[in-house]
Amino acid sequence: MEAARDNNIRGIKAECGGECSCSTCHCYVDVLWDKRLPPKKDDEASLVEFAWEPRATSRLACQILLTDALDGLVLHVPMQQL
Amino acid sequence: MLTLPLSSPKETPGRSQVSLSPAGGGSPQGGSGGAQRKPRRDSLREIFVIVGAGQAGAQAAYTLRERGFAGRIVLLGDEAQAPYQRPPLSKTFLAGGLSVDRLYLRPLSFYASNDIDLRLHAPVEVIERKVGRVRLHGGTRVEYDRLLIATGSRPRMLSIPGGKGVDVHYLRTLQDAFRLRTKIAPGMRVAIIGGGYIGLEVAATASVAGAKVAVLEAEGRVLGRVTSAAVSEFFASAHREHGVEIHCNARVTAFRGGERLEAVTCEQGTINADLAVVGIGADANVDLARNAGLLCENGIVVDEHCRTTDPNIFAAGDCTRHPNAWLKRQLRLESVQNAVDQATAAALNMMGNECRYAEIPWFWSNQYEHKLQTAGCFDGYDEILERGNRDSGRFALIYCKEGLPIAVDAINMPREYMAVRKLLAGQRTQQQPSESAMSENREKFVREPAAWRRETDPLQRPYAKHYLRSP
Repeated sequence: MEAARDNNIRGIKAECGGECSCSTCHCYVDVLWDKRLPPKKDDEASLVEFAWEPRATSRLACQILLTDALDGLVLHVPMQQL
Repeated sequence: MLTLPLSSPKETPGRSQVSLSPAGGGSPQGGSGGAQRKPRRDSLREIFVIVGAGQAGAQAAYTLRERGFAGRIVLLGDEAQAPYQRPPLSKTFLAGGLSVDRLYLRPLSFYASNDIDLRLHAPVEVIERKVGRVRLHGGTRVEYDRLLIATGSRPRMLSIPGGKGVDVHYLRTLQDAFRLRTKIAPGMRVAIIGGGYIGLEVAATASVAGAKVAVLEAEGRVLGRVTSAAVSEFFASAHREHGVEIHCNARVTAFRGGERLEAVTCEQGTINADLAVVGIGADANVDLARNAGLLCENGIVVDEHCRTTDPNIFAAGDCTRHPNAWLKRQLRLESVQNAVDQATAAALNMMGNECRYAEIPWFWSNQYEHKLQTAGCFDGYDEILERGNRDSGRFALIYCKEGLPIAVDAINMPREYMAVRKLLAGQRTQQQPSESAMSENREKFVREPAAWRRETDPLQRPYAKHYLRSP
């Protein structure tokens, strides 16, 4: 989420600033990457379930910690945030 | 939460896509219907000035550029820092777990690369409405075609003996947080005046840092203004479990000591303290608006389009008193949600759209390992539905009025929080919600958790279909 914000990626609102409290950094993980991310914790799963048009690949960007293993990660931004 | 669609990602962001249309990127609310449109102006030559570079002011600048405003944007802040997030100041930043870089709402390079004229240390002293310009401290004048006032709020001061001492702290700005952070240390005795969100969050942070903390609340319970007794009781207990003393009905009369603070005196007795933090509420910064002759009543009065009594001057964020069509009353809110959403609406309206601001308020607070998430306004509830279990530390209170949910307080239960928040948004966006549809909602979602779960299955997505208006 911070990488998206700092690079001015439109569609990532991130209103709560990364607290896993608002679900406005909702994104879809590309299918090629979906299985390579660590699984969601319960609070992220709860929020994402109610995000705008969630899919099976939905995540909150603020809960994805970028590591070397994720170099090249592809995320898709939804049409709108909650 | 504004449901305006984002522009297609294929468009180039920022200025290059922009034509001379003042309406900017396609807003669904934009000027349909019979209302007379304002004469089109050359948006390349327009100057929009934003007074205040907090969350609201910054958001307005971002929105203007994102939606294609091609004129000049001047963002005037009185602090030394570029726009930053305030919520962490009482939490992770105060605890030392967050660098300043991560507080910034945008990287510093963003402003230049998006042609936003950000001026720091630039307090505005006067709005000269007749000639359409503002005068800064030092005499510099900046002309505007449209002005946004986003001056925020300031901590209410405790005017009692000793209140100006060096160990009496308030928390609003990054500077305040820096000062406080360097002082909190293990074993230090910290008195918190006021058991609201700020007070309790600072109490939790200081307590975890090893300080000996006492909270002095003037009313009968903590968080009394913002939540119900059960939630107050939960947080009071959580603090006591962490060794924090909670004193209610404690009216502070003086700060005692010499050069350094020694004790806080209450009507009932004295608490020894090395440091005091006062969090007794905030007042809207309305002086600038009032001196310019704009209507102010506990906030700058704006309409649902974020307009003040001067059609070329808008206001957004903590400083406004605004109508909420959903709540059907005027209110003033101090929250990130309000700052972001109202500023977004204001920015769109400055560009000539007709965007109504009518969002569901939401808020969060982290204290220790507990997360409180709240949505709606609980005033006037006549019934509380409870989910979860207070003893397990996971519960949600759904406040209802005349059979319909109006607010939720969820403690460590994000799913319940989100469900009610979305339900409230659904009620809001229905044009004319029928009584039977509303009570059906209530039966389905509030009384029947299993049905609620079925309906909210992310793979089925019926919730979005039913309750969100399409963009």
